[in-house]
Amino acid sequence: MLKIENLTKTFDPGTVNEKRVIDQLNLQISQGDFITVIGGNGAGKSTMLNLICGVYPADGGKIILAGSEIQDMPEHKRAKDLGRVFQDPLMGTAANMQLDENLALAFRRGKRRGLNWGILEEEREIYQKRLARLGLGLENRLSDKIGLLSGGQRQAVTLLMATLNTPKLLLLDEHTAALDPNTAEIVLDLTDQIIVEQNLTALMVTHNMQAAIDHGNRLIMMDEGKIIYDVRGAEKRNLKVEDLLRLFQELSAGGGPSDTMLG
Amino acid sequence: MQFLLAVEGAVAQGLLWAILALGSYITFRLLNFTDMTVDGSFTTGACVTAICIANGIPPIIALLISFVAGGLAGGITGFLHNKLEIPEVLAGILTQISLYSINLRILGRANQQLLQYDTIFKQVQRLFASIGLELSSDRIAIVIGLFFVILVILVLYWFFGTEIGSMIRATGNNEAMVRALGQNTEHTKFIALIIANSCIAIAGSLVGMYQGAADVGMGAGAIVIGLASIVIGEVILRRVVAFGSKMIAVVVGSVIYRIIVALVLQLGLSTNDLKLITALIVALALFLPNAVSKHNAKKARELAAKESQNA
Ligand SMILES: Nc1ncnc2c1ncn2[C@@H]1O[C@H](COP(=O)(O)OP(=O)(O)OP(=O)(O)O)[C@@H](O)[C@H]1O
Ligand SMILES: [Mg+2]
Repeated sequence: MLKIENLTKTFDPGTVNEKRVIDQLNLQISQGDFITVIGGNGAGKSTMLNLICGVYPADGGKIILAGSEIQDMPEHKRAKDLGRVFQDPLMGTAANMQLDENLALAFRRGKRRGLNWGILEEEREIYQKRLARLGLGLENRLSDKIGLLSGGQRQAVTLLMATLNTPKLLLLDEHTAALDPNTAEIVLDLTDQIIVEQNLTALMVTHNMQAAIDHGNRLIMMDEGKIIYDVRGAEKRNLKVEDLLRLFQELSAGGGPSDTMLG
Repeated sequence: MQFLLAVEGAVAQGLLWAILALGSYITFRLLNFTDMTVDGSFTTGACVTAICIANGIPPIIALLISFVAGGLAGGITGFLHNKLEIPEVLAGILTQISLYSINLRILGRANQQLLQYDTIFKQVQRLFASIGLELSSDRIAIVIGLFFVILVILVLYWFFGTEIGSMIRATGNNEAMVRALGQNTEHTKFIALIIANSCIAIAGSLVGMYQGAADVGMGAGAIVIGLASIVIGEVILRRVVAFGSKMIAVVVGSVIYRIIVALVLQLGLSTNDLKLITALIVALALFLPNAVSKHNAKKARELAAKESQNA
């Protein structure tokens, strides 16, 4: 499904701030994998996701999505196959536009946009049904401006937007980190539900160790731009938070304090 | 009586300049792009129309050519920003400055009189006369201004409801999201800049024909006049949210701006003071809503303090 080969990224090369953030990274993801990604602050998790999306170009290496190399494609072209939810709930939606307008923008991800009307009447029915399934009462607020919704509601909408048009790969970057524990739980459950229903392949970055163990079928740990631990199946399910913290201290380059992993 | 005539002239000016304000509204408010091209593209609109008319091209065709020329000017700003990665304000200023030289080239001199030539205004005036309606030139300008304002509002209303138009509005909100949803934001900015400056050039073309002359200096400060119209409209029609009503607010703002100007001139100030007055109006219109909300917040705090004392 997705294959990353020797991916490398250095920020501010040639300056005193030069920093190799992704270092000869290799990763292979199979169709249907739901991978949780953990690692300390600055390990390069967000950078890896941004490189997959094409927010900035990689310095070297290949990214192969469903058989085609995408590392040289511009961001908006890659978006055809990628669904994304950001950490900041403000990043995923257009605040001054209505809820239905936002969904209509997402509905057209990967399609050519022309002079057809931006939203059709029959779409609204689809959106209403999909929103009702979130269980947040948003189905009655189609013409509200998104800016009026709470952070959790916006994040749930962003998740719906990212998957409205089934993506080949769903990328979630700490998408529940800015939410209160209750709302985070709801959004995480929704994430599981959507991934199962649509049989999606997904990468989910989180600082919540327990969530990283409970969700998905595979877990990877990153440190200094590399993957230092990769586990799946029953072995993953049987992990405990203490195990992960101990593994982090053993495997990370600094042998550093494991509390940075908890964000 | 004299003042009423002045108001008529103000409404006429307000409607013609409203098209410029609508263009600025697209970039400043919808796209959230500080476009400084305005002064140049407005003048280009007037100069292109003047030189076309002076060379025997029918006025309506001249207007269409100005429309295209304005779009080109906006496209250049878009190119400088997108492809050469020049910051938006500087990109607009560079286009504006170079348009000064280009406008001089177009006109071949500093100004071009149109008094001896036919214009849309004279044609419409004759049309009304032929059916027995003798209208003053200000009233003709009101009719023509209204016609174009309505036309521009209808077209913009349609366009910004389309798929690509929605993406332009979204670009003004959140560029990262737009790219994540598969739309090239360079394209949305480019298109918006072209449309905005096409509108602005239409305004230049009409104002030039109305005044009976095009002058390479006539666009100086146009950007601030557009902004004044936008903020006055927003202050006066604060509660409107729908896109159509917001555009109408811009037109109302433009007309009110001209009435304020007429009033100020009646009070004995000279036209040379206008730029200063315009800047003051913009500053005031931007300051007032902030002051009001601060005042309300203070009131709310005082009330809360009182309640907690009583409790
Ligand atoms: N655009 C950028 N320019 C320069 N340095 C950057 C940039 N983006 C990230 N970095 C640096 O790269 C390193 C890795 O950042 P990244 O955001 O990928 O970490 P992360 O694993 O997502 O951490 P966190 O858990 O804190 O989100 C950090 O040291 C960060 O300061
Ligand atoms: Mg991060």
